[in-house]
Amino acid sequence: MESLKLDGNAAAGLLREVFATEITVASGTCDGCSSVSAVGALVAYTQAPGVVLRCPHCDDVLMKVVTDGERVWIDLRGLRSLQL
Amino acid sequence: MARAAVLGRLTWKVAEAVEVVPETARVKTIRLDVPDWPGHLPGQHVDVRLTAEDGYQAQRSYSIASAPGGDSLELTVERIDDGEVSPYLTDELRPGDRFELRGPVGGYFVWEPSRGGPLFLVAGGSGVVPLMAMLRHLDGEGDGIAATLLLSSRSWEDVIYRDELERLNGGETRVAHTLTRSQPDGWKGYSRRVDPAMLAEVGPPAAERPHVYVCGPTPFVEAVASALVELGHEPSRIRTERFGPTGG
Repeated sequence: MESLKLDGNAAAGLLREVFATEITVASGTCDGCSSVSAVGALVAYTQAPGVVLRCPHCDDVLMKVVTDGERVWIDLRGLRSLQL
Repeated sequence: MARAAVLGRLTWKVAEAVEVVPETARVKTIRLDVPDWPGHLPGQHVDVRLTAEDGYQAQRSYSIASAPGGDSLELTVERIDDGEVSPYLTDELRPGDRFELRGPVGGYFVWEPSRGGPLFLVAGGSGVVPLMAMLRHLDGEGDGIAATLLLSSRSWEDVIYRDELERLNGGETRVAHTLTRSQPDGWKGYSRRVDPAMLAEVGPPAAERPHVYVCGPTPFVEAVASALVELGHEPSRIRTERFGPTGG
């Protein structure tokens, strides 16, 4: 699995489809361990049907973004907050 | 860039290849003309999308190699043998050919002179590309900011931007090489994988609080980032960009 691991930065293009701002510099607070990380510094897995972004400290899932080319689903359940 | 600046929806543009320049046996630099290119920051990347005649699409991210402010956009692409996009870009693409591109994207793995220095850049193979955009920007308007690049390559023939790096080495910019698989006769540089001792010898000490940028294959980045933390560098000053298995 280690070699499949990327940085949140790898999801920058996909995230810019959804957010009208450069979200990789936003700070996200993990709801699991309360640590704060730049979205670009999260651990990204891009080989799933979508992109999964995990906390670099506790590995909890913070964001999931799935697209089928026309629609986008965003699950931010693991994020307590996102500061832009 | 203001943090929450509204950038508008990111759209695909059509880029036209102007020139394709070989860097090594496996790596080429592609100079592009992109209408209405909004400019970029060193360290940003673009997404490239190719569409086959049957509608099948493949998309990959490539780091921008050129400094901001130039009149063209340059990507440097390494050929991944079983890749879906890089063999086309490195083997088939000719001046005048067009493909879709969007960007620039990414705001985390970027450096601008206003962030100050010193800079410590550590790259494995084609991980040097986004760091080269930083060095080229420094070369143009570095304002005395010190930068050190440690580049790990397999052999001297595999060193990307070799001549330009030789030229940049000196003054405020220092370049160190390690060649992990084969070395030319009389090689005086390093000939092993990057380790804590090498990082300590080459880079500025942690006490100088350098901005550290690490780019390369995932195992390389993980090893270097851990070693840097071991040496006392602040994790918040170490920015990483990993190349994944889909880099092709």
